[in-house]
Amino acid sequence: MKAEEQPVIPTETPDLISCVSKLHSEGYRLVAISITKLGEIFQVDYSFDRNFLFRTLRLLVPTGAAIPSITGIYWAAFPYENEMHDLFGITVTGIALDFNGTFFRTAIKYPFSVNTDRKEDNSCPGE
Amino acid sequence: MSRRIIIPFGPQHPVLPEPIHLDLVLEDEIVVEAIPSIGYVHRGLEKLVEKREFPEYVYVAERICGICSFIHGSTYVTAIETVMGIDVPERALYLRTIWSEYSRMHSHLLWLGLFADSLGFENLFMQSWRLREQILDDLEATTGGRVIQGACKIGGVRRDIENKKLDEMVTGLKDLGSDIRELNKVFFNDSSVRHRTKGIGIILEKEAYELGAVGPTGRGSGIAEDARMLGYAAYDKIDFRPVVEKSGDCYARCVVRGKELLTSIDIITKAVDKIPDGPVEVKITGTPNGECWARAEQPRGEVMHYVKGNGTRHLLRHRVRTPTFANIPFLVKALKGCELADVPVIVLSIDPCIGCAER
Repeated sequence: MKAEEQPVIPTETPDLISCVSKLHSEGYRLVAISITKLGEIFQVDYSFDRNFLFRTLRLLVPTGAAIPSITGIYWAAFPYENEMHDLFGITVTGIALDFNGTFFRTAIKYPFSVNTDRKEDNSCPGE
Repeated sequence: MSRRIIIPFGPQHPVLPEPIHLDLVLEDEIVVEAIPSIGYVHRGLEKLVEKREFPEYVYVAERICGICSFIHGSTYVTAIETVMGIDVPERALYLRTIWSEYSRMHSHLLWLGLFADSLGFENLFMQSWRLREQILDDLEATTGGRVIQGACKIGGVRRDIENKKLDEMVTGLKDLGSDIRELNKVFFNDSSVRHRTKGIGIILEKEAYELGAVGPTGRGSGIAEDARMLGYAAYDKIDFRPVVEKSGDCYARCVVRGKELLTSIDIITKAVDKIPDGPVEVKITGTPNGECWARAEQPRGEVMHYVKGNGTRHLLRHRVRTPTFANIPFLVKALKGCELADVPVIVLSIDPCIGCAER
């Protein structure tokens, strides 16, 4: 099988809503919003699909910065945006269905906002 | 104007197998709003990727869900194999396809039983689970596990299935197919099932697509999408058509799952017919450096595993978007305007797996 093409489109926070609106008007479905913590930066990926054409808008958000909700365009983004807040501590403004931090009830606040110390071992498996 | 009251539904409820809580805002007997809460069983499994090396993390990925564990494992390894450019032996890809379809059948039969139970149809529940046993027996005989199979590894699969056993499995499935047709007759035609499901929880195609519905939930509303059409594993070599129904109600979602059981038998039969001889794994060297979104069709719909590696043995990130998580907005909309007595049936109709959704 040929690997699926997965273009990543770098996006700035002020342009997010217009970029998402454009994809919405072109008939794309929201697949997921995924966060990756990279040091002091959050990589926020908005993934979309239309007839198996997969593409991702990528924001790089500094810790403490707020991003606008896309629930005005994709109402179904509310679980992802509440998750983004509850697990990573990212502030999302204007969520259509905002649980105010109670969507995921975790013992530790924003558990995914810190990176665990890991052993850096570059040896190959089986060696 | 009617007085509004709020009825809490779940996280423990006689017909609810999963810990989701709904605040149902009612006017008389009509639900005017449903507000979901999850978070009761969040395990933070994605975070474990920072503590486990990428080859052993397969075991964690498989334990995200106790029903579709095999497909979680195979999707995770597909993501890693894509990043590392590993060429998986063809026989292994066929075996993954066969086990994926067995997983779908056991999940759908489990769901059909639970759905019948939610309607109060105990005999149908028992019949569904009786048929499911044969699937679980075959899974156990070929992988060693009924629930967690542990059959996938990066670069292939851990076990082969002898060709003689594959032929026996197909023979067994032929008989099972007749039983499933009989079972489907009851689910599709019985007056009590139709009465409880027809015209209940309707979401039509356009709205379902807007809500991001996936799997049998979306296909029951007319969305002709199935992640198997992406052609991962050996699906690009097997001809099949996704089952689609248009009416968008609980009945349509039930019909889709019932018919998909027969599609799975068809796919397994074709896979066994085409499976080549050869190795089932390759030795892997190196570490993942890059990122990939791997998608697959689980029994409940499209699952997405995102992995990002930096060339070390620990991934920077593993993110899973399960089908139930994608179907929560659909559920919220489907409940709006329904009668209180129909809530359990509508909730069950999306086949919720909250443990899976919370990871």
